[in-house]
Formats: sequence, structure tokens, C-alpha cells
Amino acid sequence: MALLEVRDLKTYFRTDDGIVKAVDGVSFEIEKGKTLGIVGESGSGKSVTCLSIMGLNPRRNTITSGEALFKDQNLLTMSPRKLRSVRGNDIAMIFQDPMTSLNPVHSIGKQLEEAILLHRDVTKKAARARALELLNAVGIPRAERRIDDYPHQFSGGMRQRVMIAMALVNNPDLLIADEPTTALDVTTQAQILSLMNTLQEEFGSAIIMITHDLGVVAEVADDVVVMYAAEVVEKAPVDRLFARPHMPYTWGLLGSLPRLDLNVERLVQIQGQPPSLLNPPKGCRFHPRCPYVMSICKDVDPPLKPVPDEPMHLDACHLDQETKDREATKLLETMRGAAA
Amino acid sequence: MAEPALAEERRPGAAGEALLTVDDLKKYFPVTRGIIFQRLVAAVKAVDGVSFTVREGETLGVVGESGCGKSTMARCIMRLLDPTSGRIVFRGRDITKLSRAEMRPYRREMMMIFQDPYASLNARKRVGFIISEALEVHRLGTAAENKRRVQELLEIVGLSPEHYNRFPHEFSGGQRQRIGVARALAVNPKLIVCDEPVSALDVSVQAQILNLLKDLQREFGLTYIFIAHDLNVVRHISDRVMVMYLGHAVEFADRDELYHAPKHPYTGALLSAVPIPDPQKGRSRKQIVLEGDVPNPINPPSACWFHTRCPRFVEGDCDVNTPQLYRFGGDHTAACHYPLERWPMTVEEMRHPGSRAG
Repeated sequence: MALLEVRDLKTYFRTDDGIVKAVDGVSFEIEKGKTLGIVGESGSGKSVTCLSIMGLNPRRNTITSGEALFKDQNLLTMSPRKLRSVRGNDIAMIFQDPMTSLNPVHSIGKQLEEAILLHRDVTKKAARARALELLNAVGIPRAERRIDDYPHQFSGGMRQRVMIAMALVNNPDLLIADEPTTALDVTTQAQILSLMNTLQEEFGSAIIMITHDLGVVAEVADDVVVMYAAEVVEKAPVDRLFARPHMPYTWGLLGSLPRLDLNVERLVQIQGQPPSLLNPPKGCRFHPRCPYVMSICKDVDPPLKPVPDEPMHLDACHLDQETKDREATKLLETMRGAAA
Repeated sequence: MAEPALAEERRPGAAGEALLTVDDLKKYFPVTRGIIFQRLVAAVKAVDGVSFTVREGETLGVVGESGCGKSTMARCIMRLLDPTSGRIVFRGRDITKLSRAEMRPYRREMMMIFQDPYASLNARKRVGFIISEALEVHRLGTAAENKRRVQELLEIVGLSPEHYNRFPHEFSGGQRQRIGVARALAVNPKLIVCDEPVSALDVSVQAQILNLLKDLQREFGLTYIFIAHDLNVVRHISDRVMVMYLGHAVEFADRDELYHAPKHPYTGALLSAVPIPDPQKGRSRKQIVLEGDVPNPINPPSACWFHTRCPRFVEGDCDVNTPQLYRFGGDHTAACHYPLERWPMTVEEMRHPGSRAG
């Protein structure tokens, strides 16, 4: 039984220019204690997917359909009051930008205590003790002195630690991290990723990690969902995805990365730009940029279906199995040949 | 094995001729107190004594974390900021103290590509004007010639000549960055300083721009100083790489040398922190997680700037004696008393410093 099961999630925004289909039929599930990576480029719908699950999209002009079953309850139809008790308690979220997601006029201690007092029936003193304990757990040095400091007194990496502490306040079962390390330098990113890993072992939370960085996904995820233009185009366990990617977009992504461990003279480039979601291409949304495009791709949107003999690996592509296998092998052999 | 390298003879017998030489460049920003009488209370040492040479036709990559002084250095080289001290020699001429008028002919030879394609193009001007502005400033041709040149440039960077009359907002981020590249190319410069040109772009678009920059270099014999925080990108595009930390160049080497045999512990930590898009390789690699944050450049640590975070820190040496750039064969230099003996290494192995350099 999955902890969270998202089925056919659709989020449309009404705008002056028409309806933007920001998320268009996304399904995935995540088990207890596991990490799911959602990768995609900007505008592919990764963040909106998670905001929809959390019920954080603006109510006006948003149309949401589908199901998001968290412990058998549909988050999408839950009353706002009920949802509030789930949010920050059972499900917590970490945002990309630690500079703007903390309140600048309250000390971090106060902000942490607020989250505790809202969901737990404890005294202020106990809440403060818990806040302090968490700051220590996320590795803030001299936490007992820094608890009364304000966000501007912390560096970016330290603020992200505070955000993580705040998310962990009530031992959530699910932690949604939206590009938690994108605004950070590599050495700080390494610190935060290893911290999240340790905390996951300790607290047993499941994590949904949204990122555009395939390196981060390879590092932390158990399963990976690849999104393109508001849809899921490929889904697989992490080892399988990197060992046998099945979708031309995933090949393009892997080939377009400059990498420390490979000598590549020329990067593979995916031609063109991601499409507008106001008026996405007919058929497969990747077809205008796809080097393998066939006539069927222009008319029929390929469904997300399991690969034969590999029920955990799903892809949405009209190419036949043989071509997919051949191209994936070719790509991996080029990579192996380029190993530094 | 290691001997001190002298600034003057740092690049002997270089293949290409030296195009740009930077010698002991410093840029301090004053920190003042008081409203009317501003007292100088401290200085942010953004760039603190950086020396290097860029040869004609090569790409020098500059990596470092935010706040290490990469961009300030670039701006000093372009004379967009006046350096506090040091010398910048471009094609044999010291341009450090040139006046605006004297500087003008040199501005044609060195152009810049900026990080943010949304902020670096004037939203109220048409693409044609943005690209041809430099041509007009330098009085390089008639209006008709300039228009032809701009259309040619648009094609070179992979846009279409019909885009001449459009505004920047009609383009995506990647296309805007192409406009930025076309603008830099307009006056046929020798040197292009690229300040994080791809960090605002998505991976698929990033690959397009990186390929474009490489093609242009081959075609027009350009020299790049390529500044980025992404070590993957720098490795891909550079011939030689300089690693900066807190306003100092801590290591300098040919690309492959730096990535395969780093000598400075900071370079090692940076390399090991980069996630690898391959779960098997990535999860089994030896990772060095540094503790703490980059110190405040107003009050940097004594002696070796990295000693507060360094796993190899030797008390009584690293915090007392400032390391100079030691030479490790050929062009490889690093500012560390206890350089790494091999690579890769675990933190544990790194904690046991070997023999002292120098």
C-alpha cells in the first residue's frame, strides 16, 4: 500500500490568454520511507504537481481534477480545515529559495515554535525545547545561541537547514522538497543532501525530491519520474532509468549534460524549445523536438505504459521496443567509451 | 617536487601568445560607517591578489562558489570596476589606468556575456539595435552595413534574420542568451569574458549554448574567460582552469590535470561534491563534505584562507604561514602547504597530511 498515490492529476490555470494546462494527467505513487525524484526542465509541471497535492495553488482560476490519495484520503477533495491539519503535520514541504521562504521579521525560534504549537498540544517551553533539538539535529552550530537570531543573520545553507528543521517539526510521513539545493553552492548542496539522507534514515519520512539536476536524482532517489510539458514521459527505479532509459527525451537529457566523469567533445543537443502549455503540440508533446519522430507521433499522444517484462518501468513513446533497446544501448556504450 | 612559482615566469613556453596578463589584481570594496562623515571601518577583499595569463585562442575556466570574487575579477578585467591595485595587460599594453577615451579602442577587443539573459538585454530596444549598438558606438559602418552585419550575426548564433525587429520579451531564455552572444560578437572581439553564461538555462538549452560557444571559438579564433560555478560545465569548455576561494586563486592547472589530480584540498572537496548522473558511480564515490560556510571576506582567516574548513589543517603552520603558489610540474600550481598526494581520497585519508610542499 503506497503512502501517497497520485492518479491522473490535472491542474489547469485560467489566464487571460486561455487555459494553461500546467499538469496534464500525472500519476505516480510513493512508498513509506522511499525517495521519489521528479526531474524535468522549468515549466514541465514538477512544482505545480506538488503544490496541487499540498492544496497550495491559488483557488481562483485553478481547476484541479484527479486524485491524490494520502493514507487513503483524497487530498484534493479534503476540506480546507482538514487539509490544514495534514499540511505541516503529516506532509511538509521545503521550498527552493531559503532567502524568501522564511519570515524576515520573526526569529527562527519563533517560526519553529509556531509550527509546533499549531499541531501539538504542548506548552511554549516544550515547543522551544523541541525547536532547539531540531536545530541541533540539522546541524546548526551553537543552536542555543542562534535560536533567537533572525533569518538575515544566517547564510543560505544555514537557512535551508532551518527550513528542513521546520519541515521536520512534526515528524512528517512525507516530505516534499522542491529544488532544495538549487540555490546553493556545490559544497553546501553536498551538506544538505547528506543531511536529508541522515534525517530520512532517522525519521523514516518518504521524500519527493523535485529537481532539474539528474546528478542529484541519481544520488538520492529510489524511483524517478521524468516530466516533459506537463506530462510524465518516463518512470522507473533509479538504476534502471540510468541503465536503460527508454524515451528520446530522457536520452536527450542524459546526452546534453556536461559531466565530470566523461570526456565528450560535443554535447547532444535537443533542438528547439519546450512547448507553450497554452497550446501544446498535438500528439506526443515531444514530437517537434524528437529526432525519431514518426507520423503516428504527430496525431496520437502515447500513453504511459509498462515496458514488457519490466512492470516497474513505464514510458510514453511510440517507438518499438527494439529501437528503444538499441538506442539506449548505443547511448550507454558511447558514455562508457567516453569515461574519463 | 614542488617549488614556488614566480608570477613573471608562470607560463613559460606557452603555445599561444599571451593575450591578457593579470598581475596581482586586488579589488577591495570599502565598508563605511556614518551618514555625512563616512569613516572607513573595513574592506571587503573581493579579489585579493590574483595573477594569471590567458593565451590567444584558449578558454580559461574560472570556478568557485558564490562570493569567491569571480565576477568582481571579470568586471575589473573589463574595466567596469577600477581595481584597487595590480596590473591588467592586454595585448602588451597596460590598460589598468587608461582613461575612458584611451580605453575605447580596447573595448572593441574585449566583450562580455552576462549571466541573466532576462536582465542583460534592454527591454525597450529592438534586437537589431541591441546588437548593432557597439557597431555604432565604434563607428564601424553605415546603417545599411550594420543591418546586414546584424542579420548575419543572428544567423551565426542560430536565430533567424527576421528577428531583427523583435523585442527581447518575444524570446525564450536560451534565445535571449543567443542574442547576448551575437551582441558580444558584433565588433569582432579577441576576448570574450563569459560570466556564468549558462547557469540560468535549462540543461537542454545549456547544451545548445555551450556547443555554440565552442563552434564560434573554432570559427573566429576567440579567447574565452569562462566563469561558472558548475564544475561539469567548466570541465567541458575549458583548456585550463583556475579555482578561486575567497578572492584568491588557490589552484591552476590544465583541465585534465586539475580534474584527475587536484592538489588543493578545496579543489578536491569541490570535485567530490558534484553529483554524478549515474547511480552506481555516484553513490560509490568518495565524497568529501566540507563543514561550515565560506568565511566573511571582511574578516578572512589568517594565513591560508581555507584553513578553517580544511580537513588537512595543520595547526601552527596553515594558520601562520600564508601558502604561495607551489608548482607541481608543468603549469600546475596550487596554494597549499600539504597538497594531496593522490586522487580520489576519502576525508579520512585527507586528514593525514603528507610531506610539506616547498
